[in-house]
Amino acid sequence: MNRFAKSWTSAALSLAIGLVLLVGLPGVLDDYTLIEVTIYAVMSILGVSLAFIWGFGGILCFGQAAFFGLGAYVYAIAVMNMGDSTVPFLLAIVVPALFAALLGYVIFYGRLSDVYMGVITLTVTLILFNLINSTAGPEWRIGSAPLGGFNGIPAIPTLNLPGLPDEVLTPKDLFYVTFSCLLLVYLGLRVLISSKIGRVIIAAKENEQRVLLLGYDARAYKLFSFTVGGAIAGLAGCLFANWGAFTSPTIFGLAQSAQIIIWVIVGGLGTLVGPIVGCVAIQWLTSQIGTQQTLNSNLVLGAILVVFVLLVPRGIVPSIGDLIDKAWRRLRGSKSSEATP
Amino acid sequence: MDLAVVVFIQVLYAVASLVIVSAGLAVIFGMMKVINLAHGEFMMLGAYSVIAALKVGVNLWVAIFVVAPIAVGVVGVVLERLVIRRLYGRMVDTMLATWGLSLLLVGIVTSVAGNTTAGVSAPLGSFSVGAYSVSGYTLVIIAVAVVLALAIRFVLTRTQWGLIARGTMQKPDMANALGISPSRVYSVTFAVGAALSGLAGGLLAPLTGVVPTMGAAFIAKAFITVIGGGPAILAGLIGASTLFGAINQLATFVTTPVFGEVALLVAAIVMLRLLPQGITGRFFKGSL
Repeated sequence: MNRFAKSWTSAALSLAIGLVLLVGLPGVLDDYTLIEVTIYAVMSILGVSLAFIWGFGGILCFGQAAFFGLGAYVYAIAVMNMGDSTVPFLLAIVVPALFAALLGYVIFYGRLSDVYMGVITLTVTLILFNLINSTAGPEWRIGSAPLGGFNGIPAIPTLNLPGLPDEVLTPKDLFYVTFSCLLLVYLGLRVLISSKIGRVIIAAKENEQRVLLLGYDARAYKLFSFTVGGAIAGLAGCLFANWGAFTSPTIFGLAQSAQIIIWVIVGGLGTLVGPIVGCVAIQWLTSQIGTQQTLNSNLVLGAILVVFVLLVPRGIVPSIGDLIDKAWRRLRGSKSSEATP
Repeated sequence: MDLAVVVFIQVLYAVASLVIVSAGLAVIFGMMKVINLAHGEFMMLGAYSVIAALKVGVNLWVAIFVVAPIAVGVVGVVLERLVIRRLYGRMVDTMLATWGLSLLLVGIVTSVAGNTTAGVSAPLGSFSVGAYSVSGYTLVIIAVAVVLALAIRFVLTRTQWGLIARGTMQKPDMANALGISPSRVYSVTFAVGAALSGLAGGLLAPLTGVVPTMGAAFIAKAFITVIGGGPAILAGLIGASTLFGAINQLATFVTTPVFGEVALLVAAIVMLRLLPQGITGRFFKGSL
């Protein structure tokens, strides 16, 4: 791994850029663009959740969209029943996390391999999609919230200040909340990765056997990182439901799961910033494709995925990171030559 | 009594369609350990080639049994040369690349044919069992599944080509030393798998709407049938199809088709937890 990418300087740099954007963007951009930026931030959180479990935990989850969708639906149903959004916000994180824990228990404690992991996560996503999609009738409701089937749930109440159901967030507030969540998730994961737990998680990815022989229960660490990933994806889902005040079964779809994987591949596996870059780039690209008729977005996304797997398997950010790394080493080398063996 | 006959036919049909849908994937995964996530899109291409063939006046049966497999088989050869070949042995990368291919194929077909549902009407009409009527095409599907299973068995066990293919899959270097080019064997095997997927798509075209995104409905089912089957290609395929098909159809009878599908998927997950090696990892060991 890159020295620069590992160093705290890079984390501080990313956070500084993030903070500048957080404070600066609302002053520079008009409301419409700010709302656009908000959805990029929401999707970036989702991208980071997969970047963590795949790039650091070595768990390739084909169904990250399941936790995302679950977060959105849990928030929608809970907030429509409760009015105040504080508990629903927490539920939207806890429920997907519990679901991930259950699923992870089945997979990791069953000692299922990569391929099975892919099949099971894919299957679970489809089960959720099928179930939610078929609940269109008025008889399908939880409390006072109709599930809406393939029509989705419209008019989801936006987050409000904790305890004050009337103080609803404006789009600008939602931007602050979403962007802060992204920065916090990034910071939290950076801290987690460099902690002792994080090192075991990475070690289990590199060589599970050796980790077991050193006395760590690799399954438990995998389960933990998978659960954290589920919680973060749930958070993203909750923010997504807030962003558009709408959620539909398509967010459980295969296309959504494929997109998340493409973000991570394009941005760079094994980094946290990479998938954010990949997510923003791909989202921007798809919205540009949507404005014209000649090229289909599936076609372009598919081509990008194939090309990256074949030709740029490391992704954009690590490739750029190599360049920075050279400069970094030269800098460090001139300061203290004994530090770099 | 009539109801029992109809239920029996429907269960057979569910099993048969799972066999047909999964056969192509079973050959590609079982023989080459390549997970082809574009399998559903190969089926979609098969269905579209049937529709294209019908438009130029080809007989329906010729379109299904000749045009669809050949067209998709050719696509398979091309994709194997361009993409799959570079990724042998890297299972996860193959999954990702074929997922990319699946999106790419959906995109291309959407651009060419439009995002609309095309249909082929089911031939042969229907016949009645007591008070119920059963589509004649159902029986065709069941018959094709039986013939397909027998044909796969025959080719793999009784022909020179099957022997070479199985040998190459077990020990590529030894096969190479004996004068067989493994890359050609892989290429042909992938083409045969693709052709089987095309045939499946063609056969199902009269039963489902033909849309560019139709593949997504089949990929998970095919995937879990093959994985659930385990290491033995044919025994696993038949075993898993029987188990999952029966569960799917019986649950559909009791509730709705949606819950039938969900029951199938849940059963698959539970089964993988109990038998991580698949059905043939525990039973019928050493069979083909």
